Amino acid sequence: MKKMISVLLAAAMLCCLSVSLAGCGSSDTLTLNVYNWGEYISDGSEGSFDTIHEFERWYEENYGQKLKVNYDTYASNEDMYNKISSGAVSYDVIIPSDYMIARMAGEGMLLPLDFENIPNYQYIEDSFRGLYYDPQDQYSVPYTYGVVGVIYNANVVDEADLGGWELMWNDKYSGNILQFNNSRDAFATAQYKLGLDVNDTDKASWDTALAELKTQAPLVKSYVMDEVFNMMESGEAAVAAYYVGDYFTMADNQAESVDLQCYVPEVTNYFVDAMCIPSCCQNKELAEIFINYMLSEEPAIANAEYIYYASPNSLVYNNAGYQEELGEEAMAILYPDIGDFSQYYNKYAFRNLDAETLDYLNTLWETLKIS
Amino acid sequence: MKTSSKIYTALIMLFLFAPIAILLVFSFNESKSLSVFSGFSLYWYKELLRDSETLNAVKNTLLLACCASAISTVMGTAAAVGMNRLRNRYIRAVMDTATNIPMINPEIITGISLMLMFVFVGRLFGAATSLSFWTMLIAHVTFCLPYVILQVLPKLQQMDKSLPEAAMDLGCTPIRAFFKVEIPEIMPGIVTGLIMAFTLSLDDFVISYFTAGNGFQTLPIRIYNMTKKAVTPKMYALATITFFVILALLLISNLSDGDTSRQMKLARQKKKAKS
Repeated sequence: MKKMISVLLAAAMLCCLSVSLAGCGSSDTLTLNVYNWGEYISDGSEGSFDTIHEFERWYEENYGQKLKVNYDTYASNEDMYNKISSGAVSYDVIIPSDYMIARMAGEGMLLPLDFENIPNYQYIEDSFRGLYYDPQDQYSVPYTYGVVGVIYNANVVDEADLGGWELMWNDKYSGNILQFNNSRDAFATAQYKLGLDVNDTDKASWDTALAELKTQAPLVKSYVMDEVFNMMESGEAAVAAYYVGDYFTMADNQAESVDLQCYVPEVTNYFVDAMCIPSCCQNKELAEIFINYMLSEEPAIANAEYIYYASPNSLVYNNAGYQEELGEEAMAILYPDIGDFSQYYNKYAFRNLDAETLDYLNTLWETLKIS
Repeated sequence: MKTSSKIYTALIMLFLFAPIAILLVFSFNESKSLSVFSGFSLYWYKELLRDSETLNAVKNTLLLACCASAISTVMGTAAAVGMNRLRNRYIRAVMDTATNIPMINPEIITGISLMLMFVFVGRLFGAATSLSFWTMLIAHVTFCLPYVILQVLPKLQQMDKSLPEAAMDLGCTPIRAFFKVEIPEIMPGIVTGLIMAFTLSLDDFVISYFTAGNGFQTLPIRIYNMTKKAVTPKMYALATITFFVILALLLISNLSDGDTSRQMKLARQKKKAKS
């Protein structure tokens, strides 16, 4: 017994030593700290492109210096925001969502980018510039975007009922409908259906949406987030509003008796996640080189294929191999024809609500959940 | 009555082990689904071995758990020995309470307060980043320490005080008496403390979450961060492996613990017979 412990102890001490030695030896190696959503980059699994390691190799080849990328992940915009604003960590590149970029830029937490170092920004088309969260295109380079659509089981739902948000209110499918368990997204389905503004500060408009959700409530099987995957895959429910990128995961795993399909209503919510440099950045030029690399053809396509969200990069969606890999149907769902993206997006997408409206929304949400 | 108690036990066992069984079964699933078992395959185990970020997180977690449990075992044992020798009843009560505070304190408070302290000290010295492997290690030692003390202290109290005294009477130096007599006597407590500290450090999420620095994420944090997209079955494979490793550790420790206590009993009986 004693021997076992001394062996354990010795092993632990050796480990400690090796860590501290590794720390000392890194003086001639550059480090880049990247902070991204979990599962939001092509990481070499299932035979895909290993973006981070390929970047390290590419950098050493082109700049003749060793580079180590510390790649960390977060689960939500708020987690990332708290960690960075605490001042305890320092990252060089972060990939927040639209509303969080607006907030961080407003608080001076982002550095303006030097686009001389990001020549590949030319591949981001004009319709992805001037988006509301960064109207002057100073702080961010869009990475992916996605949309909320309606997912349905074609073996249950009649083709005649498809098309708009009305399917979510169709009493033919009573007890078969899944609604978001997230106040903002749930209210938006009603607001888009009624043609209301999702960013309205007028309380009456939110009351109208609540009334609409109350008429839907008896038809709803349950209010879900992640549970939607298993309930749709197994055929337990037939209609659900959810992020279109996740529809493909469900379709891959559906049971044999289920035939999942998806469409994007005419008016719906798009979100954009974009690469930014926070003000705690230690090596801004290196961070810009990384952003530029992420926009180049091979990594951009690999990431788009891995994440299965739409890409704003013209090198990706115009690429024949990529279009073939996704197939015509998936392309049509991921890249619906909405005309000029920035016009549509600036008109319909969610923005940060002021505290008062947000409070009011949460009270309404509670009354809905109680009834 | 007997059948009902059997049913009760069976139900308890079912609720305890059904989740693990489901995890185990679906880690061998061919497809990604949690609702449809489409066929047996080792695909997700192979995928796991290819996922360098996850393996890196496993390495970080093990490294941290080894260091934290080793350090907290040494420190905890020393603290327990010291506390056991305290004569003053009041000081002793104060020490007992003080060591219990980190244990009963909600983890989230320990986590946030440690983070604030690290940031504060880091700013004091003008460091750009104050969190690193070392701060995480300090945090883990902090919350493991009371558990080690809790395991070792009762063993010291059970120990016959005349044993080390007898050793010293027979010519041992106090240090030698400590290592030759006291340590073997309290060994089961130390080992249990070590294993407890190891497993606590291994699966801690809350405190690690607040004190994790750049480039050092542990496994629980990595799994949590996968929730934007669905958690892949790779994680089921990893959880299955972890479960069996912990099970093996548990079996070894329980068996060897049984051995040592049996040996001690025998030794004591012999001693009694001699006297």
